[in-house]
Amino acid sequence: MMPALVCALWISLAASLYLVLSRDTLRCVIGLGLMGNAVNLLLLASGRLQYTQPAIVPPGESALTLAANPLPQALVLTAIVIGFALLCFSLVVVMAIAERSGKDDLLLLRYTEPKDTASVAPPFLEEEKETPWQP
Amino acid sequence: MATLILLPVLTPLATMLCTIFTVRHQRWQQWISLVGSGMLACVVLILLQQVLAKGPVLTALGGWPAPYAILFRVDVLSAVMLVLTALMACAALVYMASEVDPCPPHPLTHPLLHGALAGICGAFCTADLFNLYVWFEVILVCALGLLALGNLGGRMLQLDAVYKYFAPNLLGTLLLLIAVGLIYAATGYLQFDALHQAAPALPEALVTVLVATLLLALLIKSAAFPLYAWLPASYPALPVAVMALFAGLLTKVGTYAILRMAGDVFSPTPGILMEGLGWIAVITMVAGVLGAAYHWDVRRILSFHIISQIGYILLAIALGGLAPDSASAHNAYGAALFYTVHHIIVKANLFLLAGLVFACAGSFDLRRVGGLVATHPLLALLFAVPALSLVGVPPLSGFWAKLLVLQEALAQGRMLWAATVLSVSFLTLYSMLKIWQEAFWKAHPGAKSQKISCSLAPAWLTITVLSGITLLLGISPQQLLEVSVLAVRSLGGGP
Repeated sequence: MMPALVCALWISLAASLYLVLSRDTLRCVIGLGLMGNAVNLLLLASGRLQYTQPAIVPPGESALTLAANPLPQALVLTAIVIGFALLCFSLVVVMAIAERSGKDDLLLLRYTEPKDTASVAPPFLEEEKETPWQP
Repeated sequence: MATLILLPVLTPLATMLCTIFTVRHQRWQQWISLVGSGMLACVVLILLQQVLAKGPVLTALGGWPAPYAILFRVDVLSAVMLVLTALMACAALVYMASEVDPCPPHPLTHPLLHGALAGICGAFCTADLFNLYVWFEVILVCALGLLALGNLGGRMLQLDAVYKYFAPNLLGTLLLLIAVGLIYAATGYLQFDALHQAAPALPEALVTVLVATLLLALLIKSAAFPLYAWLPASYPALPVAVMALFAGLLTKVGTYAILRMAGDVFSPTPGILMEGLGWIAVITMVAGVLGAAYHWDVRRILSFHIISQIGYILLAIALGGLAPDSASAHNAYGAALFYTVHHIIVKANLFLLAGLVFACAGSFDLRRVGGLVATHPLLALLFAVPALSLVGVPPLSGFWAKLLVLQEALAQGRMLWAATVLSVSFLTLYSMLKIWQEAFWKAHPGAKSQKISCSLAPAWLTITVLSGITLLLGISPQQLLEVSVLAVRSLGGGP
């Protein structure tokens, strides 16, 4: 079980990191959502995964040994809720950016940067003059 | 006892509720907000006095037994940070009563501000790793709300700032969660005391990887090199008082967490990590001040200075981790705490002053203001105090703070780090002189378009009090130094 889980974690963390570094704002948010899921899987993996008994202490004993640890599951629930709220918020922000400015390219979002008045060429592209990168 | 330790979190939450109920009545909301921050100040002062007299105050939430409960533990370090939080909250809220910003604050600003304060106080009080993550999230959510509201610039400015804030910070948060999950998997505990007992039993390489992940996440939250560009991009989109509060407090929660982790929970931290932290700190210092030297918007210059000064605090923590014996470790960690106190007050003061410059001269852009020495000489004097303190000129608090860091760097033989400390001070001086020259000394360009706002008195009051504290700390630093050393003596397994 653990090798399969570790492979799944590697793949999803790598994919989400690739998406987070994207120029497209929506892809970045989707990457963050996927990374949240991957991290929740990692938290879950820190409990014992190989058992299938319910997490009830058998009568006569005082410790839970043959079932999964419920504490990481509680941590995962908290993390899911927080991640869900942040994902909703970030999707609204991305939608608002796309609606109001018509663009979703991160390099074109220059509203918080100072207006370039120096002779150094601005790093974003003037759509009339330059051509976008070719992939 | 249990109630007292929960009050720093409960008071801002209660104020948040009350200000939500009075959303349609601005006057009531302002007064409730001010009273709430005053009550927070009283609570944390009582808590500080309790902690200094009788030692750390502890409570287990839910009454659960020791290694499994979520503990709230306030020792002298946490109490000092709480006092600073309350001070900054009072300063920002009093400042908000003046009409510095061109339009009145959005009705939801006060509730979100108190929500952020609750998160900050919770992060300082908690002694549980996952609980720390939760409080970081509370701060993040409220900060995102405040960034999205704003009231200066257009909608697109706010949305851009929100996006540029949440993408790196969410990445940092998820990295923090990865670190927490791995630490729990390795040790089976989440409480700071239990982790401190359990960490030495693990192999050194494993502890190095775990603590590295944790520190990396906290460094993203503290705006260290190389992931700091979100700070100057997003902070200028806030209203002035909120920006001053954020500038003073949010990154310091990150550095407090780094101090707690490296100096207390996982001490003795592997040397290679502290070495890496020292180099990151040095590069952060230089990157911040060089960024500040380029820009013309006062808020952006000051935001880059936050980054530069965070480098100083991180350098002090790294020197503490690399110290050969516990006496010099205490000196270095004490220097980190002293620097944090000095910096929170000075940085918030500078941002509030930038707001007053906007109100008196009409712009945040240095190329469009001027002549303030002639029209508002008191403002010039009040600017000189925190500006020179930031540079490190005696007899202001920054001199002692930088001297302590420099002494520790020289005592450990780190010549390059000491040289960087000094040269970054010179570059900070250049930056402050640029602001002085452009905003105060030179004549006002163009028409004398002075924005006359009627009630600026609360703003003047706040700035005077904060400058006074800086001057006081500079003239007699002994008390704060003693409290700092007392605070760090209990770190790393002390009493």
